Amino acid sequence: MSHLSERPEKPVVGVSMPHESAVLHVTGTALYTDDLNHRTKDVLHAYPVQVMKAHGRITALRTEPALAVPGVVRVLTGADVPGVNDAGMKHDEPLFPDEVMFHGHAVAWVLGETLEAARLGAAAVEVELDEQPSLITLQEAIAAGSFHGARPMMLTGDVDAGFADSAHVFTGEFQFSDQEHFYLETHAALAYIDEAEQVFVQSSTQHPSETQEIVAHVLGLHSHEVTVQCLRMGGGFGGKEMQPHGFAAVAALGARLTGRPVRVRLNRTQDLTMSGKRHGFHATWKIGFDAEGRIQALDATLTADGGWSLDLSEPVVARALCHIDNTYWIPNARIAGRIARTNKVSNTAFRGFGGPQGMLVIEDIMGRCAPLLGLDPMELRERNFYRQGQSTPYGQPVVHPERISAVWQQVQDNAGIADRRREIAAFNAAHPNTKRALAVTGLKFGISFNLTAFNQGGALVLIYKDGSVLINHGGTEMGQGLHTKMLQVAATTLGIPLHKVRLAPTRTDKVPNTSATAASAGADLNGAAVKNACEQLRERLLQVAATLLGSNASDVRIVEGVARTLGSDKELAWDDLVRTAYFQRVQLSAAGFYRTEGLHWDAKTFRGSPFKYFAHGAAAAEVEVDGFTGAYRIRRVDIVHDVGDSLSPMIDIGQVEGGFVQGAGWLTLEDLRWDASDGPNRGRLLTQAASTYKLPSFSEMPEEFNVTLLENATEEGAVYGSKAVGEPPLMLAFSVREALRQAAAAFGSSGVSVELASPATPEAVYWAIQAARQGDVSRNGHARNGFATNGHAGNGHVANGRIQTDAKALSGA
Amino acid sequence: MVAARITVNGKEAPISPAAPHTTVLDFLRERGLTGTKEGCAEGECGACSVLVARPGVNKPTDWVAVNACLVPVAALDGQEIITSEGLATAGEPGMPPTLHPVQEEMAVRGGSQCGYCTPGFVCSMAAEYYRPDRCAHADSADSTDHEQGPNGFDLHALSGNLCRCTGYRPIRDAAFAVGMPTDEDPLAQRREQSPPAPVATEYVQNDSVFLRKSTLAETLQLLRERPDAVVVAGSTDWGVEVNIRSRRADCVVAIDRLSELRELRVESDHIEIGAALTLTEIERRLDGGIPLLAELFPQFASRLIRNTATLGGNLGTGSPIGDSPPVLLALEASVVLADADGQREVPLADYFTGYRQSVRRPGELIRAVRIPLPLSPITAFHKIAKRRFDDISSVAVAFVLDIEDGIVRKARIGLGGVAATPIRALTTEAALEGRPWVAETVEAAAPVLQAEGTPMNDHRASADYRSAMLGQSLLKLHAQTTEAVSS
Repeated sequence: MSHLSERPEKPVVGVSMPHESAVLHVTGTALYTDDLNHRTKDVLHAYPVQVMKAHGRITALRTEPALAVPGVVRVLTGADVPGVNDAGMKHDEPLFPDEVMFHGHAVAWVLGETLEAARLGAAAVEVELDEQPSLITLQEAIAAGSFHGARPMMLTGDVDAGFADSAHVFTGEFQFSDQEHFYLETHAALAYIDEAEQVFVQSSTQHPSETQEIVAHVLGLHSHEVTVQCLRMGGGFGGKEMQPHGFAAVAALGARLTGRPVRVRLNRTQDLTMSGKRHGFHATWKIGFDAEGRIQALDATLTADGGWSLDLSEPVVARALCHIDNTYWIPNARIAGRIARTNKVSNTAFRGFGGPQGMLVIEDIMGRCAPLLGLDPMELRERNFYRQGQSTPYGQPVVHPERISAVWQQVQDNAGIADRRREIAAFNAAHPNTKRALAVTGLKFGISFNLTAFNQGGALVLIYKDGSVLINHGGTEMGQGLHTKMLQVAATTLGIPLHKVRLAPTRTDKVPNTSATAASAGADLNGAAVKNACEQLRERLLQVAATLLGSNASDVRIVEGVARTLGSDKELAWDDLVRTAYFQRVQLSAAGFYRTEGLHWDAKTFRGSPFKYFAHGAAAAEVEVDGFTGAYRIRRVDIVHDVGDSLSPMIDIGQVEGGFVQGAGWLTLEDLRWDASDGPNRGRLLTQAASTYKLPSFSEMPEEFNVTLLENATEEGAVYGSKAVGEPPLMLAFSVREALRQAAAAFGSSGVSVELASPATPEAVYWAIQAARQGDVSRNGHARNGFATNGHAGNGHVANGRIQTDAKALSGA
Repeated sequence: MVAARITVNGKEAPISPAAPHTTVLDFLRERGLTGTKEGCAEGECGACSVLVARPGVNKPTDWVAVNACLVPVAALDGQEIITSEGLATAGEPGMPPTLHPVQEEMAVRGGSQCGYCTPGFVCSMAAEYYRPDRCAHADSADSTDHEQGPNGFDLHALSGNLCRCTGYRPIRDAAFAVGMPTDEDPLAQRREQSPPAPVATEYVQNDSVFLRKSTLAETLQLLRERPDAVVVAGSTDWGVEVNIRSRRADCVVAIDRLSELRELRVESDHIEIGAALTLTEIERRLDGGIPLLAELFPQFASRLIRNTATLGGNLGTGSPIGDSPPVLLALEASVVLADADGQREVPLADYFTGYRQSVRRPGELIRAVRIPLPLSPITAFHKIAKRRFDDISSVAVAFVLDIEDGIVRKARIGLGGVAATPIRALTTEAALEGRPWVAETVEAAAPVLQAEGTPMNDHRASADYRSAMLGQSLLKLHAQTTEAVSS
């Protein structure tokens, strides 16, 4: 067992406990960025001037009418920027653009004494536009050859030879939708000017260091003049990794120019129309199987809808390519990736970060090809699992392939698959208008940032004279329970009860140069850094204790707040130990650091071992589908997930359940639609409200939901033997989509390959049922691949251009 | 007239200087009660849920959960509300508060992750916790109904609350674990006292005014004088206009507490439902007496919306995708319209004249809805939507059938979502009447129904799907009725 993974006696990690802020949450006393507004004096409110056209050059921007509105204090434009007019890291996203690149692009911001004044001021700003042609859909961008950024190519083996050796070769195409984060708390920032023109920004950000960096470069300041703090976020999911920076910069610029605190808080419509989403993808593929159904070769091109600027699209596409294998060995592969440039919001990180998109392509292939190969889908999947000694298409050995089959077997046992498949067959035989199906899918997800440099974490741990401990680390809390885990890690390493430890809000002046809380790596990186700092402190305190206890430091243990030496009854309480150490002038603070060992990645050749380890899981989902409407329910879901040895089981199970339901939302319900017509609203997001963009509610929760964590699953390479958990469970939801496909197929004769649009809305399922009934693969087959030729479910592509934008159409009185 | 005031968590506060359009949500947040959150500002997410003391169905007062983002604070002049902060009992300085039982269950079971939706969930959950007729099931072992807890907790109480983090399982566990209020519970005791009476309100700030009159006659007179006035009951539609489309009105008139609009009367040949009764009140007072309405209510928006929304509002708005018109059309309902000169009764089938247009004249109010008796025996409401709970219909179909000796004697079919107004499927009704209720009839009539209306493509559904669903709904109804007979 490695030093990093080994747990001491009576560890606090591994104990099931609620979120550290649970009491604050339920009483409404937990503070979020915008809650600080009321506690701050003389705050100005910022409101964006959004231009409602998809593309055009600004020929005139008149701000005087806004200044005439009572209560308007100032209008921020590009001319006001003292530093770099850019909100990102690629210098391709001007904070105040002179070219409108998407419908709803903010070109100026109005500051008002009240939000109402700022809103009226924004409405008064006059913008003249020289409209330009726009590209809205992925198909339009591909046809126009509109791409930006890197064009990676992942190669392994000999693809042509692989196809030559294949008994069956299939080709296909698949387009699937984007997804809105819909964190319940929209983007928010509050900035004020501190002493000596220093800037302090409260921001709802997953990446305070980068927010700091961008605020500094917009204002023309050094990083040490800007402090960013994140108390907590009301959800992030990747949507607050890159996207908060510009909003924080607007607040900071406003504060700089007016000398007053400035608050930016997007309302839901602004958040939906201005911030990036999960990338929708288009894929073309050709796959070869041998006579037994083993994959011989895969040739695919994945095109991500990047939107107007690059943002994180390049690493998202890299991760998509690195996950197209999922749990399957592909000996010969040629996978191309590219990023379409469209006139839409700049798509960005979202839980899974391209991984779900890559994996959806192969899982869709498996689901479509199984009937064509005459194999049960579970059997086809199982035959292709990685075995010992095999490597991924990018050259990383899959060192624990037995985990893939372990979770796969265990979920089948837990779910009673064999019996239930018989019950389902009997049910289906008796019910012509209702069909059930059960599908099992697995996952393998690489943990670490592909870019090696990001795999570092820092912490600052302070012990005060009274024995209380305050920890700071570089990670942010967005609901995932990172802070809870960090408290448990610190208490475990120091050997003290949890209540002795408190956690301070994330601030850039405590821990510098942090990585985003992303890539599921928050606990791995920051936990190891907290552990490192606590170990330094523990070593110093053990020396003090050894002297007091009359023994050698290596024989002293601190357990549950009491230091003891081996073979002695003498005890020393933690508080006394700390006080003594203070009087002996022992340093009671320590900075911790961690870098993930053993990673390498060559982005040019697209080869290396970018991941520290893989997370695994498997899910069995049963659905029931109504043949009249395509409506469905998720009857039962069983999951076995590998989180290593859990740091905090209640937190981890919460992540698994929440990720699963969010994934099911992406794949079945959440349906972003864009106006792709040539009408006056071209490029407009049609689903820009909670009333039109539907998240899973209670009705989408599995009626029976059993989540089990894989036992005895120590991960040698991570803190206290745990594994990352944030992103991987999202991909367990493939089981729901595959179950829907199989249920639709059950309305037809056996052996029909069913193509299913994604999201698989009731409408999409209905068309799949109709196709299965007709045994006519070509109907759905060519309304094909989720394309919306007849206005059927698909990606905002409504054929006859009659698009109703009745946002007024709300139920209720 | 006394200055407008509201009691929040037991403390009275003036509403001034809030603007007349200021929502309860913004009012609370500006007073530092930031536990109430804005997630969507259109009554869809429930992060702003608070409890309001309202006239009860089984006790003098019910604690009713509402969306604070939709209700103007001036509408709660003289009323009492409780927020998530007020549910907990403050501890000694430096000590944690004593959690309310629903807060306790939510906290210990992992019901919160990011915590942003949590105060809203807690309030919705508390309202159900205090529902007087909630009772534990005798046979709690039989928990086959995953929407009903062994403690009698109806999960639909939370259908208007969205959580993006948890996947809901721990929240459901918390909801199904809460016990019954103790006798000492102050909010339980509060139910035994009368609710705050409605207060005549004239709340003026700058150039706009929020008005509430004491009687229908005064209100109708006012509407004659102010034809520009926006009339609100639950404000679930107007609140969206204010928040999302930034509409402002010089004059808003509240009618939701007028006693003349809040009667429910069963006469020999009809049932009259007051236009300002909330959907929740109608649901509980009818108690299944009109089966088609009982089928409608759980599918109509969410509990949070139903707690303030009214039938009058749904018909007054006149949206082609409102869920009550298809049902009321199938029931052959009529509306009673009143103005300062008197009242008239108009069949609902003649009421809608165009997209969000009706025969209702300026200054005229919907006073009541009349549903003729006796009711026909076979009814069904099919709502087609993306999401099962709390979604807007792509298509809604309501059926009322009289089948005697296997022959369809009468068929009434109301449709929503397939035309500029809610419509009756008259051709299909004719294709069914006088024919036997058998597969051949249904298969012949389904294409007729499928061709009714002129559905369109939008973000909710394609026109093809909408049409297909009309035909399928008839096939489904037939399957349901014949399965019911055979089983």
